[in-house]
Amino acid sequence: MPFNVLVAVSLLYVGLLFGVAFVAERRARGGSAVWLRTPLVYTLSLSIYCTAWTFYGAVGYAARSGLEFLTIYLGPTLVFVGWWWILRKLVRIGRAQRVTSIADLISSRYGKSNFLGVVVTVMAVLAATPYIALQLQSVTLSFGVFASDTPEGWALPDQGATALWVAAGLALFTILFGTRNLDANERHHGIVMAIAVEAVVKLIALLAVGIFVVWGVAGGVADILARIGASPIADWPLKPGRWAGLTFVSAAAILTLPRMFQVMVVENADERHVATASWAFPLYLMLMSLFVVPIAVVGLGIMPLGSNPDLFVLTIPLSQGAGKLALLAFLGGFSSATSMVIVAAIALSTMVSNHIVTPLWLALRVGSARAPGDVRGLVLMSRRLSIGAVLALGYTYYHLSGGSAALAAIGLISFVGVAQVLPAMVGGIYWRGATHIGAALGLITGFSIWLYCLFLPSFGEGGLISARVMADGLFGIYWLRPHALFGITGLDPLLHALLWSMLLNTAAFLIGSLASFPGPMERLQGVAFVNIFDQTSGPGGWARSAAEAEDLLSMSQRILGPEEAQRFFQAQAAAQGKLGYLPDPTPDFIARLERQLAGSVGAATAHAMISQLSGGATVSVQDLIAVAGEAQQIKEYSAQLEAKSEELARTARALREANDKLTGLSVQKDAFLSQISHELRTPMTSIRAFSEILMETDLPDEMRSKYAGIIHDETRRLTRLLDDLLDLSVLENRKVQLTIGVANLHDIITKAVTSASNTRPERVFVVQRDASAEHMPVFTDTDRLLQVFINLVSNARKYCDAERAVLRIEVKKRGGFVEVDFIDNGAGIPKTSQALIFEKFARLTDTSHAGGAGLGLAICREIMANLGGSIDYIPGQGGAAFRVRLPLKRSG
Amino acid sequence: MHGKHVVLIEDEPNIAEAIRFILARVGARVTHLATGADAVAVLAAEPPDVLVLDLMLPDRSGLDILADLRAEPALAALPVLMLTARGQSRDREAAERAGANAFLAKPFANSDLLSAVRALTMGGA
Repeated sequence: MPFNVLVAVSLLYVGLLFGVAFVAERRARGGSAVWLRTPLVYTLSLSIYCTAWTFYGAVGYAARSGLEFLTIYLGPTLVFVGWWWILRKLVRIGRAQRVTSIADLISSRYGKSNFLGVVVTVMAVLAATPYIALQLQSVTLSFGVFASDTPEGWALPDQGATALWVAAGLALFTILFGTRNLDANERHHGIVMAIAVEAVVKLIALLAVGIFVVWGVAGGVADILARIGASPIADWPLKPGRWAGLTFVSAAAILTLPRMFQVMVVENADERHVATASWAFPLYLMLMSLFVVPIAVVGLGIMPLGSNPDLFVLTIPLSQGAGKLALLAFLGGFSSATSMVIVAAIALSTMVSNHIVTPLWLALRVGSARAPGDVRGLVLMSRRLSIGAVLALGYTYYHLSGGSAALAAIGLISFVGVAQVLPAMVGGIYWRGATHIGAALGLITGFSIWLYCLFLPSFGEGGLISARVMADGLFGIYWLRPHALFGITGLDPLLHALLWSMLLNTAAFLIGSLASFPGPMERLQGVAFVNIFDQTSGPGGWARSAAEAEDLLSMSQRILGPEEAQRFFQAQAAAQGKLGYLPDPTPDFIARLERQLAGSVGAATAHAMISQLSGGATVSVQDLIAVAGEAQQIKEYSAQLEAKSEELARTARALREANDKLTGLSVQKDAFLSQISHELRTPMTSIRAFSEILMETDLPDEMRSKYAGIIHDETRRLTRLLDDLLDLSVLENRKVQLTIGVANLHDIITKAVTSASNTRPERVFVVQRDASAEHMPVFTDTDRLLQVFINLVSNARKYCDAERAVLRIEVKKRGGFVEVDFIDNGAGIPKTSQALIFEKFARLTDTSHAGGAGLGLAICREIMANLGGSIDYIPGQGGAAFRVRLPLKRSG
Repeated sequence: MHGKHVVLIEDEPNIAEAIRFILARVGARVTHLATGADAVAVLAAEPPDVLVLDLMLPDRSGLDILADLRAEPALAALPVLMLTARGQSRDREAAERAGANAFLAKPFANSDLLSAVRALTMGGA
């Protein structure tokens, strides 16, 4: 068959698809899309699962490894038949949350974390690129088969050119129909319709080839069964580990492949279609696999040795001269390849555009204000560029790998890669406790292991990963060998990578989730995802679920602040005998919570919020959270105000205290002035009275001299008082000039006793001393110390009321101080007065024989403070007892 | 003033001596008490013509003594001259409130003391 005819047929076929897509799109816009959106179309669109790899490769797989190829169909079948409600849940979530891709699903579930969106996008692009390359290769190879006259000669001279044209054509088609509009749900009616048509074409093609092989080439069913019995296929041992692993990975892939998510969730028009697809899609898969083994067996029998079994679907009809059938088969393969590439490109470009390009662009252009229309244009443009980039990547990969045999294994390698999303996805929609930290850890762990153990080694030894690393492990660490992690050897590399990546991925996901606390947004999204069916099942769905308690907590945290809300919930849960933060939402608990919230937002708002959450919610929870967020801001603001007013109150208190202190000082000052007035006026009264008497009257000489003597004494008293006042003032202000010198303590005491002896010199007064203890040097202002000692001895002479007055002076050293005690044998000072004696004007007894103004002890106290020592009254000594303490070492 | 009996309660011996001299010179009989302790008993036993009372005494305030006197029926009308060395107007008010008949701030002119006591003896007679 001439190559040109083939190209013409291909172009014609593509033109047909264009037409279908165009009409479908027009109808959809016209509003008459009902017939487009049937369960049948939905099911057929799912057939993009069957790519060229399945169309051509399944036969090759069977020829090489027997029935193992069935696992690729088994996994999805199990999911659709046995677990179809997870699809329904995904579809429901996708609708409710307006999810645009699998990356968006993960990102949205974990608190709209764009980081997770980027991770999933990168993973998906990396895993899908070789897969796209595989499609390009299969199309190129199938062109090659037709281009050469002999079946063996499928080595086309310029494969690259064909692949380039195919890639460019697909890019154009995808851009035209994939980015025509930008509705929220990212539905593409035209493309769905086109791939539904392609699904029919590829099924018919494969069935036709199968029927031709069974009844045209072989002699019917019996002959085929006999041939199978005789072929090596029957002898291939079943490897249970591989079967289980491959079934699992293909089951995971049907859920996590970006293109499957696109058609299954994003393009889904009606949830009920899932129910139909749950039996119809397995049926489709069964039909697709029905003739795989017969074709493989017949191909192995009739084709020359060394023929590529991957192309038996094409080469058998060609070798039998059935050119038109071969053309149909070619179109089937072409359909498989193109539908996969188109949908994958749309799905990936949506992810790349939404999670990488747009955020980046907006971040870079953040300064300039843009109209919404511009953003829309930007998104369309970035999506178009992304489509081109995805296909360019695929083509580049194909070109670089040179269509090597390694590509054949790429399908499964891709599956394992995208399967890494499974824990985060399933965990996210079934477990509220899953957190973005867990998801990120799991995804990155699984993806890294996949990269290291499977993807990089797939380029062959000496490719992207050196032979040395393969043999000795990363950094020479033996147990890090890519095909024998942790020393586990003997496993098939694919199974090995699958086992470790899924195991550690899941473990990291679980541990990360358990060890972290989800944020409010995440918690909310978690509830929305996990309880998707409760939410829309009408009022009352919230009423008695744990979700309510969690939502109440989520809301309360916004109002009360996280710590207080968590403490409150924990206490309430404990009161109900439950561990953790989620008490049962009993009416009692709800009433308490309402009161608690009322304290922050007011009773009416609290009641409205609670009833919105526990009744049927007509206001969305997000709205409430927004309200609560505002309330929290107000609360914080009022807390700031409260803090400010407290500060003011503190300042006012400080001022009041200062004022009280001043008032106190003023009262003290008044009392002091009043005292001084009294002390000054008293001698002046005598002086004035006697001087008037002396002036007015003629007196006998002895009277005259007596009165003059009184005037003289009172004048001296007045002078002494003024001296004392000045002295005290200087001492109190610590402005006294000290003259530090060294002297013998004994000498000072002797001088004091001598000086004081002119106080009441007529008295019999005995001073008892211990001279040996007194001999020691003191470093101090000796004049001042002497002043203190004189004062104490004089006081004893004045006030000691004993018949035979005795003053004991005792000296001892204690702890860096020398203590000099002055103890007399009088009545002592009454307990009530002991605290007063050092105060100014605290003279206790009448002044008739005291002669002082009551400032002596006050001055002593100030002197000792200035000398770094102290003076105290020591009670219980049998008489008045004073202790003077003086530092032994020179202070300062 | 001749023959009049004046009781003086004053803790300052020199001041007491001066007052005694001034009053004795004009013929008054002066009894001096240095403390207020048994003042009421002494006064009740022999009510004088005038009491000269110092406001600040070491054992008890002159105001207290005055209050006690006024409570005693025999002494309720006793003319009292209050002396104070603090010389503040509120002492004067306090003294008047307590029932003092006259008030004199220290230091005083001898003539002022004399005329104050004389006025009291005449008013009281």
